[in-house]
Amino acid sequence: MTATDTAPAAKAEGRTPLMTLNGVSQVFDTKAGPIRACDQVNLSINPGEVLCLVGESGSGKTTAARMAAGLAKPSDGTVAYNGIDIWSMNRRDFSTFRRGVQYVHQDPYASLNPTRTILQTITAPLLKHGVVKGSKAAAQRAAELLAKVDMTPPESFLSKYPHQLSGGQRQRISVARALTLDPKIIIADESTSMLDVSIRISVLAMLGRLRDELGVGFLFITHDLAIAKYFGWNGNTAVMYLGRIVEFGPTQQIINAPTHPYTRALIDAIPEPDPDLTKTKGAGSLRSLEIPSLAHLPVGCSFHPRCPRFEGGLCDGAVPELITVRPGQSTACHVVARDGAGDAEVRDEPVA
Amino acid sequence: MVTSMPQGTTSGRAVRGGQGKPLLSVRDFNVEYRTGSGATVHAVRGIDLDLYPGESLALVGESGCGKTTFGLGLLRLLPRLGHASGKVTFNRGDGTEIDILGLDGRDLRQFRWRDAAMVFQGAMNAFNPVLKIRGHMHDTMRAHTKATKQEIEERSAELLRLVRLEPERVMDCYPHELSGGMRQRVLIAMSLLLEPEVLILDEPTTALDILTQRSIVDVLHEVRERLGFSMIFISHDLALAAELADRVATMYAGRIVETGGVRDMFYQPRHPYTLGLIKAVPPIVGDLPDMESIPGGPPSLAALPPGCKFNPRCGFATAECQEADPPLIPVTDQQGSAHEVACIHSKDVHLDRRVQDDLGTAS
Ligand SMILES: Nc1ncnc2c1ncn2[C@@H]1O[C@H](COP(=O)(O)OP(=O)(O)OP(=O)(O)O)[C@@H](O)[C@H]1O
Ligand SMILES: Nc1ncnc2c1ncn2[C@@H]1O[C@H](COP(=O)(O)OP(=O)(O)OP(=O)(O)O)[C@@H](O)[C@H]1O
Ligand code: SF4
Ligand SMILES: [Mg+2]
Ligand SMILES: [Mg+2]
Repeated sequence: MTATDTAPAAKAEGRTPLMTLNGVSQVFDTKAGPIRACDQVNLSINPGEVLCLVGESGSGKTTAARMAAGLAKPSDGTVAYNGIDIWSMNRRDFSTFRRGVQYVHQDPYASLNPTRTILQTITAPLLKHGVVKGSKAAAQRAAELLAKVDMTPPESFLSKYPHQLSGGQRQRISVARALTLDPKIIIADESTSMLDVSIRISVLAMLGRLRDELGVGFLFITHDLAIAKYFGWNGNTAVMYLGRIVEFGPTQQIINAPTHPYTRALIDAIPEPDPDLTKTKGAGSLRSLEIPSLAHLPVGCSFHPRCPRFEGGLCDGAVPELITVRPGQSTACHVVARDGAGDAEVRDEPVA
Repeated sequence: MVTSMPQGTTSGRAVRGGQGKPLLSVRDFNVEYRTGSGATVHAVRGIDLDLYPGESLALVGESGCGKTTFGLGLLRLLPRLGHASGKVTFNRGDGTEIDILGLDGRDLRQFRWRDAAMVFQGAMNAFNPVLKIRGHMHDTMRAHTKATKQEIEERSAELLRLVRLEPERVMDCYPHELSGGMRQRVLIAMSLLLEPEVLILDEPTTALDILTQRSIVDVLHEVRERLGFSMIFISHDLALAAELADRVATMYAGRIVETGGVRDMFYQPRHPYTLGLIKAVPPIVGDLPDMESIPGGPPSLAALPPGCKFNPRCGFATAECQEADPPLIPVTDQQGSAHEVACIHSKDVHLDRRVQDDLGTAS
């Protein structure tokens, strides 16, 4: 009944995922009262795999990611690495976890220390964790890492400061820094990207190579399903809304045969780089544009005030559970649970 | 040159579709910025462009190619160290022609907002935080009209409703009480208060999430349908141009390198740069296509390469491309072809639509 139950192949093969989030919640105290920015989220991540976390601004993606990275302690539930709860680990295991899971904040303007050169930024963790000995070896390793993120020749960047680099180059540096400790998993939080499309694609292509060649696993966060599709085509995607996962499954199924009305709305909203195709996009199918406040969550399905498939009495009753509606794909929607999701191969309604 | 305050109708306006006399006519338009060291950079170089009544033109290109500079230059809003030259003519509905670069004082103020208005890049984060939305609306109207309080209230409410906001709720809010998408819609409403003939929108959806972007796009479709103004919108998002534009102009290093109808541009782009931009947008429909990025980044204005400015990044480039910057010329000999390109190898440039590999890898 949870995302982890229906998810990765590793689980089916009986392997324990490298990292799991088991029913994690995060409650913040705010002026408007306590809010559940993350509500019983289940996820699992493995090396070499991509898990995309998608949702609107404020849906809780960063909150979930920070818990996964061990930067925030869940109010409830556990985050486990190698099967051990990270918050009750001994020091050595915790340090293994910290090195194995790196958080890359993808805001190219906020993530780098402006007073440090690129060389200093990259060699600091190398020397601190004793990955290499001596500044010469560290500089050598830094140059190798820059080459890995396609910043060549490295010598022309090492002595620069962040403000002398473009946004795309800064993102690459953040990734190079994350690679210093040879991570198993990178958590890449895209937020609403300000980068040009062409630069975004080249950064993603570079991340794709790290995934394929170094076997790094990704928790990849974006609000744009087209980007999730591009980067996570062979992985899984979880769609979040107001702190809860509302749909989970293989990315290809989520994109080509979404079942939750919210997932459909997200897909329908994306403009296509094709004038004829994009004019067929369903405009305004949502009943409301406003996202409800977490402090006053709508009863029942929290998407119900906006949902085009809303049914009174059903949707505003109980909170829908995430249930398996197709092999590998689960959805939290009363209407889908009642009517079924249909065949994944045939879309009953075209997205476009 | 004074027109009476326009009423909320579209009568007397040319219909959408881009016929007749251009509303805005730009010839050999240049902008130079003086920089600290006394040097100048040429941020916009020799742009020729016509905007027809009711038309929607998208200006696309990567960061730094001069889109904002061009928009600001058209409305004479450049910073002090920026200098525009060339000729920009605005044709008012009553037949008067206005030389925009020659305007000053009262006439210039009149031109802005009434004839043309702009929603600035990032402006939704730059509201005066201590002024309620009502205050912003009143200030704008009072600065440009003699409208009474009552009239301002009514006109503001009308426009807020047009951008799908509830005036009763929004007018009394401070900017920080609204979401980014709501603030952007307020700005669109404000820019339309005086019913300009031309609206310039600079990156209206950048940094907003997908559903909010969609709401802005829908609102723009609706208000344009209702009010029939012409629009220049600036964006690095090609998909947005496909959706909102009648015509597209691609800018690179300060110049227009290709322009044409939206279908020509997206189905038969002829400039390698336009092609590269289109190929970099991941489509959502269908299986995974091969994506390509454009290698490298835009050149520094202080050190432009010789010949075609795109040649160092271009897959079609030959030695000849380094010799001269190609002029913008019609793609076909057909009379009145609106598709123009500045590339000597344009005949070799073709877009294969959506070649789909069954289970491709993303990299
Ligand atoms: N430290 C905090 N204190 C109080 N509320 C918080 C805190 N951090 C996040 N929130 C709230 O939790 C909710 C989820 O925020 P979060 O940053 O996780 O969303 P997100 O999905 O990452 O959004 P975005 O796409 O804008 O980055 C929001 O309503 C936010 O205001
Ligand atoms: N006030 C200024 N002084 C000097 N140079 C400037 C000034 N403003 C802009 N420029 C330069 O002019 C060029 C064009 O900048 P502009 O902001 O018009 O680009 P843009 O296409 O709007 O980019 P973006 O997509 O990042 O908004 C850039 O190289 C920029 O550095
Ligand atoms: S002129 Fe040459 S370098 Fe420039 S775009 Fe065309 S082919 Fe490429
Ligand atoms: Mg976030
Ligand atoms: Mg700009």
